[in-house]
Amino acid sequence: MDKRFAARRRRDLLIAAVLAGLAALAPLFVQDVYVQNILILTLMYAALSQSWNILSGYCGQISLGHALYFGIGAYATELLYTKFGVLPWFGMLAGGVIAAVIAMGLGYPFFRLRGHYFVIATIVIAEIGLLLFQNWEWAGAAMGITIPVRGDSWLKFQFLRSKLPYFYFALALCCVAWFVTWWLEDSKWGFWWRAVKDNPEAAESLGVVVFNSKMGAAAVSAFLVAIGGAFYAQFLAYIDPESVMGFQFSLLMALPAVLGGIGTLWGPVLGAAILIPMTELTRSYIGGSGRGVDLIVYGALIVAISLALPQGLVSLFSRSKAKGATR
Amino acid sequence: MTAQAIIQSLASGLLMGLLYGLIAVGLALIFGLMDVVNFAHGEFLMIAMYVSFFLFTFFAIDPLLSAPLVAAALFVLGAVVYLLVVRFAMRAKANAGMVQIFSTFGLAIVMRGLAQFFFTPDYRSIPQSWLGGKTISIAGIFLPEPQLMGALVSILAFAGLYVFINRTDFGRALEATREDPGAVALVGIDRNRVFALGWGLGAALVGLAGAIMASFFYIYPDVGASFALIAYVTVALGGFGSVFGAFAGGIVVGLVEATTALVLPPSLKSVGIYAVYLLVVFIRPRGLFGQM
Repeated sequence: MDKRFAARRRRDLLIAAVLAGLAALAPLFVQDVYVQNILILTLMYAALSQSWNILSGYCGQISLGHALYFGIGAYATELLYTKFGVLPWFGMLAGGVIAAVIAMGLGYPFFRLRGHYFVIATIVIAEIGLLLFQNWEWAGAAMGITIPVRGDSWLKFQFLRSKLPYFYFALALCCVAWFVTWWLEDSKWGFWWRAVKDNPEAAESLGVVVFNSKMGAAAVSAFLVAIGGAFYAQFLAYIDPESVMGFQFSLLMALPAVLGGIGTLWGPVLGAAILIPMTELTRSYIGGSGRGVDLIVYGALIVAISLALPQGLVSLFSRSKAKGATR
Repeated sequence: MTAQAIIQSLASGLLMGLLYGLIAVGLALIFGLMDVVNFAHGEFLMIAMYVSFFLFTFFAIDPLLSAPLVAAALFVLGAVVYLLVVRFAMRAKANAGMVQIFSTFGLAIVMRGLAQFFFTPDYRSIPQSWLGGKTISIAGIFLPEPQLMGALVSILAFAGLYVFINRTDFGRALEATREDPGAVALVGIDRNRVFALGWGLGAALVGLAGAIMASFFYIYPDVGASFALIAYVTVALGGFGSVFGAFAGGIVVGLVEATTALVLPPSLKSVGIYAVYLLVVFIRPRGLFGQM
């Protein structure tokens, strides 16, 4: 192991610990519920994007269908809760496991596809899921499910008086997703994924089991995204197919990583920290007129960043020490 | 279910499929030319429908007559989009694929926002046109005239495109650039010019489709999104890079959609299209006519 790489990893861990500590203190200074809401969403999308990045960034299998796993997490949790009385905590884990199993089941045929054929297949499968849930009467069809109000309780993962518990859960999820990525980066899997991304044929010939390593990435990625979906469902207290499985979630998971720096450790967090507050603020300050100015600004920014910084915002930070440090 | 009903629905499916082919062919052309998937393709369609709508509202030009004007307007739009955005996206040295996806996608959002800003989110439609609402009946099968005209325009456009690519200098330059963009520079073909004209042509083709569709479909800022996914599936089904694969892909999509609507509730009719796409690429990972 390259010494500089090891040093960089220690430094990353330290920075993450400091940032997480600072974030944990943020609610002391932010009393405004609207701002707290934005912080929660930012942390959630950072976690989602970090998870998406494992499959699409590190392993190079661009998925624009992760809304499927997000929705599965949300629906598994709420169906188990409202129909069978299973606590959301168990539902959340069940959702994660179901999503991981589905991801591997889909991976079996999907990973034979290349490039755009793969991307379109992921969009299409999420659309199929959306349409099926919209027509599934038992699961509430297009009407969705309202989560019953049972009062503030960690046991039932529901908080009415304050949003802070949601904030801390989102922060924890974000930390877990980051830490998993950090840990995988230096594992056998991390090296396999980068090899698969750069040149699958060469990787195969060097003994990397390309297919299995894609499956592993898909499972980890789907599991974490489904946990995020379960959290989002509890946070909203209401779900319907469009609001947890719509195509926009697939994009909102991909965009922070792409803008921040795809396939990098810090890209998703950095991207989410800029993109999500910007989305929310443009929507509430200039989107209120319903005249689309927020869309114009938002879209133009995406174009500008993707053209000006093809390697994402993280490239601004690593330019000076680009050679050794970025591998 | 009578045989009559089945034939009726397959006939409507075929007409719609030819139109899907026309919507998708621009996407296939651009991809074949330079390996770029235009994620603003649905928005090109949306703009075309608005142009047709406004030509009707302000100048009382029937959608059928305005189709060439709409195509011309879209040609300019396509070329401008290439020159202002895509040209720069092509220069990205890292993450080229992602840059192309997200720059055109960002553009799509901007176009939707602009449409909302200038045209409001209201649903609009062309109240009466020469063909709108009329049907003709052949042996007891009823065919709506606008869709019939759309199918006819689609067949003519594909035939025209075939002649254009194979018989004109520009068509040959297009084909040559697509085969080897490096080598064409050596024989004096300006690659940028060919790409810009290719984008113009691709957009003009979706413009034709939009002009026809304006006479029988609601027009609103998000209308492109619902057709964009079908267009991607159509192109991928036909095989990326194959312009005439889009023709076959469109027909397959139209027929599958109509068949699905016969057996499943109407809200699930797209599931059939998606399932057939997955089935085809699992068996043939490069689509029906694509090259690997």
